[in-house]
Parts: sequence; structure tokens; C-alpha cells
Amino acid sequence: MVTGILDYIWLVPALPLLGVLLNGAIALFCERPLLLAEAAHGDGGHGHGDAHTVDKAHGTHSLGPSSLGTSAPVGEGHGASPAPYRKLVAFIGPAVVGAAFVVSVLAVLALAARPAHDRFFVQVLFPWIQAGGFSAPAALQLDPLSSVMILVVTGVGFLIHVYSAGYMSHEKAFARYFVYLNLFTFAMLTLVLGSNYLVMFVGWEGVGLCSYLLIGYWYEKKSASDAGKKAFIVNRIGDFGFMLGVFLIFWTFGTVNYTEVFAKVPFLSSSGVLTTEIATAITLLLFIGAIGKSAQIPLYVWLPDAMEGPTPVSALIHAATMVTAGVYMVARSNALFLLSPVSMGVVATVGAATAIFSATIGITQNDIKRVLAYSTVSQLGYMFLACGVGAFTAGIFHLMTHAFFKALLFLGSGSVIHALSGEQDMRKMGSLKKHLPITFTTMFIATLAIAGIPGLSGFFSKDEILWKAFSSEHGHIALWAVAALAAGITAFYMFRLVFLTFFGESRMEPEVEKHVHESPYSMTVPLMLLAVLSVVGGWIGIPEVLKGHNYFEEWLAPVFSHGAAGAHGAAHHPVALELGLMAGSVAVALCGIGLAYYLYRVRTNKPKEIAEAVPGLYDVVLNKYYVDEIYDFLFVRRIVNGSIVLWQAFDVAFIDGIVNGIASAVRGAGEGVRRLQTGVVGNYAFSLLLGAVLLVGYILTR
Amino acid sequence: MMEPTAYLLLSGILFGIGVAGVVARKNALIILMSVEIMLNAVNVAFIAVGSHLGDPTGSIFAFMVMTVAAAEAAVGLAILIAIFRLKETIDITELSVLKW
Repeated sequence: MVTGILDYIWLVPALPLLGVLLNGAIALFCERPLLLAEAAHGDGGHGHGDAHTVDKAHGTHSLGPSSLGTSAPVGEGHGASPAPYRKLVAFIGPAVVGAAFVVSVLAVLALAARPAHDRFFVQVLFPWIQAGGFSAPAALQLDPLSSVMILVVTGVGFLIHVYSAGYMSHEKAFARYFVYLNLFTFAMLTLVLGSNYLVMFVGWEGVGLCSYLLIGYWYEKKSASDAGKKAFIVNRIGDFGFMLGVFLIFWTFGTVNYTEVFAKVPFLSSSGVLTTEIATAITLLLFIGAIGKSAQIPLYVWLPDAMEGPTPVSALIHAATMVTAGVYMVARSNALFLLSPVSMGVVATVGAATAIFSATIGITQNDIKRVLAYSTVSQLGYMFLACGVGAFTAGIFHLMTHAFFKALLFLGSGSVIHALSGEQDMRKMGSLKKHLPITFTTMFIATLAIAGIPGLSGFFSKDEILWKAFSSEHGHIALWAVAALAAGITAFYMFRLVFLTFFGESRMEPEVEKHVHESPYSMTVPLMLLAVLSVVGGWIGIPEVLKGHNYFEEWLAPVFSHGAAGAHGAAHHPVALELGLMAGSVAVALCGIGLAYYLYRVRTNKPKEIAEAVPGLYDVVLNKYYVDEIYDFLFVRRIVNGSIVLWQAFDVAFIDGIVNGIASAVRGAGEGVRRLQTGVVGNYAFSLLLGAVLLVGYILTR
Repeated sequence: MMEPTAYLLLSGILFGIGVAGVVARKNALIILMSVEIMLNAVNVAFIAVGSHLGDPTGSIFAFMVMTVAAAEAAVGLAILIAIFRLKETIDITELSVLKW
């Protein structure tokens, strides 16, 4: 009975895959002919013009009668009857993920019913790769860590699928969107449920592919397709490191299965096979993969550009799930990371540096989604900081709470964009509180959570990280200081966002303002559910000093038994210190909020004055420290120029030279030899005779 | 049994005359006739050697060659007549359309 549901764990990734197949069939055989027929009728060009104005697609109907006419044939909300397949897609897409969530909950409950040391379940689906002594089965592993991940992926994923059904309802390529989204869910579940590094790599590449497809969903828009390519290429750099790391693991351990690798760690490190240097190499290579996928310095540049995709995609892939894959992978490999102090230091330093670096960029951005994108990069930095100081539990805890409140923030911003007919510039918002009450309330809760206001989920997870950064044996007071400062900046820019968007006077375009409306229930209900999770999500990990019980740490303890050292380190510090630091970080957050209130509510012209007072600094930050430009100059230009040289010197001159050279040599030879064909029969007869004489002469003299 | 040397010598001379005719002459009719001389040179050699060895195969082959030569002469002359009707000449140096 207890293991009964666990045997069906394969359903968790299989259900979204079923969705991919069903929606894929609909997209190919129903939607595609429809879109092609529409394009053939000539109004397709105009219609696509509407579609690729990104998030404006919904709002265009309110901007003028001409756009209403073009999007009417497929738009549900325009009164015209929608194509029947759209309802089916809107049902299948969320339903399969919802069903996967139900299976996940049942499976995790079954797992929780077991004693703590026995909470581990592997299901081998089929032997996948077998060569000599090497075997990598396609197997799923459910343990406390992967159960947290599948609950987050399917739970938050389900809400975002439901939201998408409303948000994307005016898109022409509706089924295609849900195919990608379901495929992403499948790949992400494969990533977190795989029982070895190869299965994880399959999921790792799968989510990268879906990320590329969804960023470039409006592929007719150049910036979107460019952003998709950028994300894919930058991720490849990381993937390369990840692959090398896995190769090195195989070379060292002779296996890539988690259980066997981690079981061999104590033995191999005591026998001298697994030296600290090898552990450092493995973990740093793996961390390069994590840097790419989780958008850390120096490979974070793709994530802000990824905001070109639809907003629910930003919420699901580029905030809640995929970008946390790196954190999951580092946490999963904790036994290896803990062997190498250098790697731990690198992870913590990169995390802290990213946290503060991208937080400062977040201050100056005016695009609502870009602020959230930099905020995501910054929060991912916190998670890596936690992993780097050995507090893997805190990192995963923050991963979970961040998934709740950052998904909520993105979906809320989507609701705002939806209401404003596609406007994303916060300078053209304001006073939306009265127009969008539900969106405002839920987003405000999420903002309080991310700012670290006590009682909400973000407070517990972020404070856990700050405390561990200070107290853990891998920690350092400088890491704590940087992280605390970043927390203050986070509070500042998030409240800047809220004040600019929802408070003050309206700075909307008059045309846009006429049509401001609250979103439909399919969008607001997920917002409300996520708001509830943003509040209560942290209550399962209330630290001891606050008279709570950290159920979350207890739950993950079997996976992070090696990491317990970091947690025990805390025991040396007095309770008063922990409470003091906690109060300090809250004070920093309140300072950030207060500053935001002062600058954006009381003295609203002050930000401009400050910007004008330090124009150089402001410009540098506004332009994201010119990192994109520097990369462009240092790497992209070099590679492009090098490719041009290769193209012209190697491909055109050398390869083509060989091929064309052979051709013209043969041609030249033929040019000469054809003169032998005189057309005079006597000559032929003579050559015949000559041949005969030579032949006979050869035979005779042999 | 008689020695075939003289016959073979005759055959060689005839063959040489034929070859010289084929290579040197321009008139297609003469060339055709030269080919016939070459074929008959071979016939002489066949029969001489066959009679020397007491083997009838040589004579059989000679008859065979004569048949083929007759057929070939018929076809060759027919072609020549067709060419002459078209070009009003059978000079092979002027019949050199099939060239580069």
C-alpha cells in the first residue's frame, strides 16, 4: 500500500509527455493548417504584425478597430467563435500537469510515511546505456530533495499553465505554446527525478531547448529570436563544463549513478584516488554548468534578454524552475562540493557577487520585467551563496520560497502588462492600485516576501542564508555583509517597482488608460494561490530561535547529512547574536523600503536629481555596467571576425579551392585530350593498328 | 604434311597490303576492299595451319569468316551508298563530322 503509489512515480514525467503528444498532434494537424491558410489569404501578414508585438497581443483589440478585425478570427475574447481545438488545448495543457502534481503529492506522502533513513526510492524504467562495466539506466529517484523539486515544478507549473490559458488566449499559435510548455515540464521533471548524471543531463538539455523555443516564441520579432539564440549559446558554454564534469566523475568513480558515486566518496577519498584537486576540478566544472543554467556571473547575460518570451514563461522557466536547476545540481552533488574548500569558496563568492551586482542593476531598470529578471539573478546568487557556505538546506529552502513569490511577481507583472495593453515601461504606469486590486494585493504580498518582512516566506529562507553565511564554518563576515546589503537593495528596488506601478499619479497613455481592466479569473486565481504560498511557504522552516521547528531541514537531512557540519557550526554562536543579525537584516530591508518610499512617494523628483548629480555612475548602471558591450567586444566580435577569417581563408580559399581545383584540372586535361578525336576514320584505324602492334609486341617479347 | 611457311608469308603480305590500304587511302570504297583483303589474309592463314595440323577447324573458321565478310560487305556498301547520296562524296577526310 505504501509503496503502491511510488511504483507509479514514472507517471510524473510521463503525464506532461502525454500532454506534449496530444497538444503536438493538435498543433501539427489542426492549428498549423489553419495558420497557413490564414497566412495564404493575405491578412496573415497583418495578423502576425499584431502577434509579434509581444505582450500587446491581448490588448490590441482595444487599440483600434483595424487590429480587432485581424485578430478576431482566432481571439476568444472578441466575440467570434474560437476554433474548438483551443478549448481542448487549454484543458489538456494544465490538466496533465495538474495530474502530475496529484501523483507527486501522493508519492511524496507515501515517501514521508516511511522512516527518515528509508526515504529513498529508485525506479529503473529500462537499461539505457550499457557498455562494459558502465551502466546508466533510465531510472527515477525519489528522495527528499527531488520530492521538493517535483512539488515545486508541478505545483507552480500547474498554476502557471492555468494562468497561461488565460494570458495566451489571444495568441494564434496557442497549441504550439502549450506543446513547448508541457515539454518543458517533462524535461524539468526528468532533470530533477533522474537517478544519475546522464538522465539529469538529458533533462538539462531539454529545459535548455524549451527555454530557447519559448524565448523565441514570437520568432517573427528579431529581438525575441536573438534573445533565444543568446540564451541557447550562453547555456552551451555552461553545458560544456557540466559535461566535462560528468566525464571526470565517470573517470574517477567509474559510474555516474548518484547513489554509487556518493557512496564511494568516503572510500575513494581515504584511499587517495579522489584527491582534493580532483574534487575541485569536478565541482568547478559542474559549477560552470550551474553558472550557465542559473545565470550567475559571468554567464548571467542571457536571463534579462530572456524576458522577450511570454510572461508566464518568464515566471515558470526563468524564475521558478529551470534557472534553479543549477542550485539543485550543486545541492545534489553536495558530497563532492564539501570535499573541496576551494570550490565552496568559489560558489559562495560567485553567489554573493552576483547577488549584489545584479541587485544594483535592478535599481535603474525601467522595464518591469527586466527589474524582476535582475532580481531573479540576484536571488539565485543567494541560493548559491547558501550552497557555498554549506547550507544546502537553506539554498533549497530559498529555491522553494523564491519559486512562489517570484512566480507570483512575474505573473502579477504579466497581469499589469495585460491590463495596460502591452506596456512594460514603469515610467508609463502609476496609480494602478485602484484599477487592479487583486493584482496589486497579491504582488504587494510577494514584494513583502522578497524584501524579507518577518512572517512571510522570503524572510525565513533569506534569513537562514544570511545567518549561515555568517555562522557556518565555510562562511565569512564579508559574505554576510554583501548579502545583507544586497537584501537592502532588493527591498529598495522591489518597492520602487511597486510604487512606480501601483501608486502615485497615472502616467499612462490616455489611450491605454481607457481600457485598463482587471484580469480574468483564470489569471487572478493562480495569483491568489501563489500569494497564499508566498505567505505560508516559509512556515515549514521557522528557525529554532524563533521558537519554531525547521521541518524543512529535518526533511532534507538524509540528503545533506554531509552538510550537517555547517548547521552544527551554528551551535557555537549565542542565540542573541542570531536574533541580532536577524533584526539587523530586517532593519536593512526596512531602510531599503523607507528609502524607496522617500524617493518615489515623497520626493518624486529626487531620483532624477540624484541621477543627474552622478551622471557617469548612473549611466554605467543603467546600461548594465556595459557587460553586454564588453562581452560583445571581447568575445562575440572576436569569434565573428575569426569566423569570417575562417570562412574566407579556409572555407572559400582552401576547401572550395580543392574542389574547384580538381574540377578545373580535369576540365583542362579534357580540353587538351579532346583534340585526339579528329573525326577522320583513318586516324582511328591507325591508332587501332598501333594498339594491336603494341599488344602483339608485348605478348611476343614477354 | 606440307610446310605452311609460304602460305603464312603470303597471308602476312596480304594482311600488310590490307592494313596499308585502310590506313593510307582516303576513298571509303578502297578502305572497305582493303578490309576484305585483310580478312582473306586471315583465311589463308587459317586454312594453311588447319591443313598443316590436319584439323578441319581452320577450314570451318574460314567459311565462318567468309560469311561474316559477305554480310559486312553488304552493310558497309549500303552505308557507303547512303553517305554518297547525302554528301556526294566518299572521301573520309571530308566525312569527319564526329569530332570535337
